[in-house]
Formats: sequence, C-alpha cells, structure tokens
Amino acid sequence: MDLLGFARGPALKVALAIFCLGVVWRIVGFALLRLRRDLNKPRTSTLKFLSGGVVTIGSRSWPHKEFIGRTGAGEALGYSYHIGLFVVVLLFGPHIVFLGSLFGFTWPGLPSSLITMLSVLTLTLFLAVLFRRVTNPVMRMLSNFDDYFSWFITALVLVTGLAATAHIGAPYEKLLAWHILSVDALLIWFPFGKLMHAFYIFPSRAINGALLARKGAIS
Amino acid sequence: MIQTNDDLTVGEMLFRAGISRRGFIQYCTAVASAMALPPWMGTAMAEQLRTSPRPSVVYLSFQECTGCLESLTRSFAPTIEDLIFNTISLDYNDTLMAASGEAAESARAKAMKDNFGKYVLVVDGSVPTGAGGAYCAAGGRSAEDTLREAAKGAAAIVCVGTCAAFGGIPLANPNPTSAWPVSAIVGDKPIINVSGCPPMPEVITGTLLQFFTTGQVPDLDEHRRPKVFFGNTIHDRCYRRPFYDQGKFAKTFDDEGARNGWCLYELGCKGPTTYNACATIKWNGGTSFPIESGHGCIGCSEPGFWDKGSFYSALSTPAWSKAGEVAPRQVLELAAGAAAVGVVLGAASAGVSRLRQRGSERPSDNEPKGS
Repeated sequence: MDLLGFARGPALKVALAIFCLGVVWRIVGFALLRLRRDLNKPRTSTLKFLSGGVVTIGSRSWPHKEFIGRTGAGEALGYSYHIGLFVVVLLFGPHIVFLGSLFGFTWPGLPSSLITMLSVLTLTLFLAVLFRRVTNPVMRMLSNFDDYFSWFITALVLVTGLAATAHIGAPYEKLLAWHILSVDALLIWFPFGKLMHAFYIFPSRAINGALLARKGAIS
Repeated sequence: MIQTNDDLTVGEMLFRAGISRRGFIQYCTAVASAMALPPWMGTAMAEQLRTSPRPSVVYLSFQECTGCLESLTRSFAPTIEDLIFNTISLDYNDTLMAASGEAAESARAKAMKDNFGKYVLVVDGSVPTGAGGAYCAAGGRSAEDTLREAAKGAAAIVCVGTCAAFGGIPLANPNPTSAWPVSAIVGDKPIINVSGCPPMPEVITGTLLQFFTTGQVPDLDEHRRPKVFFGNTIHDRCYRRPFYDQGKFAKTFDDEGARNGWCLYELGCKGPTTYNACATIKWNGGTSFPIESGHGCIGCSEPGFWDKGSFYSALSTPAWSKAGEVAPRQVLELAAGAAAVGVVLGAASAGVSRLRQRGSERPSDNEPKGS
C-alpha cells in the first residue's frame, strides 16, 4: 500500500472513528454535567430566560458597540478566516466529492482557481492571526499549547492542500497523501483540543445568556 | 563468404533496401521527435544505428495476457516491423516466432550464448513463485528459472507492462500465485520499467531504441521508468485540465458536462496520480487516449493500480468508497460503534465530574458552566 492509499484508507478510517468517538464523548460529557443550583429567585420569566439564551448567541457573535474600536479588527480577522475556511472546505469540487461520499449528496462548487486564491488569502489571514497572538501581550499570556497546535494543524491542512492543488514541492500523489494525512491528524486532534469550539460555541453562549437572563442581566 | 542479414549493420540493411542516408536521418529525427527526445538525438540515433549490428533481443512472456505484445505490434513510430527487421534482432519471442518447442528454445539458448552480456532481455508478465513455479512454466522450466538464467547474460532488462514492472493484476490482492515483479527476482542488472496495462507501443519501442542508440539506461524515475515518457502526469498534459481549473466536472458519463468534455475527476479519473505519455503521444497513431474517449484514466501504469479502490471514485474520496454510494456499511458501523463508545465515555466522565462537584460544592460556587 502506498502513502496515498494509507491516507485515504486505514488512516482515514481510524481518524473518522476517533473523531466520532471524541466528539460524542465531549458533547455527552458536557450535556450531562450538573448545573449548580442557583438559590436566587429568578428575576425574569421562563420565556425571557430562554430568549436570553437565543439572543446571546447573536449578541456575542458581533462586537459590542462600546468596544468595537478595540475588538473590531480582531473580530473581522476571525470572521474572515473562518469564512475563508468554510468556503474552501465546502465549495471546492474534490472536497464536495469527499463529503458527498460520506453524506450521500453533493452541491455546486466554485472554480478551482478561485478556491486557490481564497486559500492563499485565508492562509495569509491565518498568519496574521498568529502574529496577533504572539505580539499581543494579553493574548500571548492567555495562549497555551492547545491554541498553537490547533492553529498549526489547521494551517497545515491549508498548506498541504494548496501545495497539492498547485503541484508545488513534490509529485501530486505525495502532496495529496500529505494533505489527507493532515486532515486525518486534524480529525484526531479535533475533539480533544480547542477546535471543539465548533460544537461548543453556540450551546455555551446560549447557556451563559440564559443564566445571565435569569439574573436579570443583559448579555 | 555469403553475408547474411544477421551480419549486416542496420545502415547497410536500409541502404540495401534503397533507403538513402538523408531519408534514414529524417526517419531517425522523426522517431526522436515522436519519443519527445531532444533534437540532437535524431542524428545521434542515425549514426549509432547506421554503424552498429542489429542488437539482439530476447523477449520472454510469463504470467500475462499478451496485451503488451498486442500493443507493441500496433506501434506507429517506429512500427514493430521496423523494429524486428531493421533495428533489432528479435531472437526469441514465443508468440511471434514461427518456431516452437525445441527449435524455439534452442534459438533462445543460441542467442543468449552468442550475445552473452550484450543482449537486451525484454520481460512481459509477472513471475509466479507459488507452487514451486508451476503456475507458469515453459519447456519444463518455471518462469523464475528461465528469468534467472536469461538475466545472467543480459546487458539490461526492459520490463514491458505493469505485470513485469510492478506485479500488475497477478500480484493484486489476494495474489493467489505469489506473483512478483522482475525487480523482486533479479537484483544485479539494470532494469527499465515500461509500465502500463498495456504500455504505450511508442514508449516500448522508444525505450528500446533509446537504449540501443545511446547504450545507456535512460534517466529513470523512482519506479525505474524512463523520465522522458513518465515525467509528467496524465493530468498535467490533459486537454481537459482547463476544466479542472475552472471547477467544471462531469458528474455522470452521460450528463451535459460529459458531453461538453469537462474534467472527469469526479468520475474517478486517476490522471492526477498517473505518470504516462498517453495524453501527449496518444494511442493508435495519435488518434486518441482513454480520457479523450470519455473514460477516466484508471492509473494502469502505477504500482498496485488494481488495489487502489474503485476506478470510478474520485481520488479525494475515501479509499473504500464506491461510485454513487454513501459510506459503506462497515464504515457506518465503525462510526456508530465509535459514537456509542463516546456516549459511554461521556456519561462516565460526566458522572465522575458530578461526584467531584458534589464533594467540593460550596454556596459560593454558584457559577454557570460554559464560557
């Protein structure tokens, strides 16, 4: 078996199994945690308690007007590379075929050359994000191995994908193999690192918002 | 003394046939051009061939389907007739030669003895080693024995076809005859692999001619294939490549994309990972090649091509996927099993967390979970 066969075959199978196991493990573990009893009397109705959760998902997803000058650039950077990643992952023809083989349906994609340009742009934004993380004293203090490794493994997928598409540095089959292996590594790391925010981000915001709403606070 | 055809140089034979020196050089230049060799190779080829005796070639066929020889006999530049009668002395090929039995075997033995150390051994087919070599034997000798004997006096070995080069279909899982490529049996001779199922006829003859004219093994890639023919992927030279770049893919073999000649990547084309000259030299005298005929490349010139999953699933899909099918049952079961284990682990970790929480809970610990 060659490297590409290994990457597309047993490695991918193991990675998908670990991904499923890890994600379900983390979600179930999170969902079954006991909320500590709040002995205070609720300051709002049940409806506002619930709507507070939903509203917070939206309000926390946009910079607050008072802080927009300080946080706007960072949030714009974050949104930009996330959008870039989504477009590259979901709208590149070979990716659509991959996802289609797992889920059973496909959708229209974008021209490969456009995806290549978007990938370069996204990678540039990735570097900007890393630069910001290491140059901002507060962010540097808040960052740990998880942050840097999650950045590295996602960037690695982008770099190997770009190299494979552009045929840079090695024969295509080797570049494609390295690209798929980097995806395998990402799938394995995903549930156990901060990449898990993809699943946690909205539930955690909703729970925060609901609990704050119960206290009568606006979030 | 009567001069026989065997004593003549190639040039003498051609001149005797009425071909002028100028015509001969033009012919060699055309052959070099067809083989994508540098322009100076045409003159060098003419000079070398003009003065040298016809090189001896022993062609052995083992575990194969004769497709490679069928391909060779359809060579256009040069033709097989050119090769046999003008350029090389094909001293043994059990399919093409008129002799059979003892006469054929003694012709091979004589050619090997007379040209010891100088003849080129062409091998077609893999070498089965199972059951003491009984799966492929001729004249009471196994393919492995014959190969080992013939390899001793060969100047070089040219493996024609994926079976001889990489084991091919006989070596594919479960390899019932314990088949091996030539390189696994012979380790002390220069080996040139001309892979393909079948290989391109011009690539076979071109490789032979290049060896005869230069006397050296050509530049080879990591799979011992001549770079001049195997230096680019089919995808690199495919006329449908612009459609790949534009993201225009045929989804089925009879949709509008297929009719418009769009890229066949999503239909399983292995062109991006296959090194061969199909897209440049093309088949049947430059008429067409599989992708031009509407079918994706199956990657037949690559090692293990038969065991690399469906010919009809895209390279970016999991190796186990089949065209038009969602993840097969065993993968879904694997994912479901992993998820079930995840549920158990999640419940257990939440239980442990609750126990710890209960033990350490204080009135002031009244904070929400999450962030």
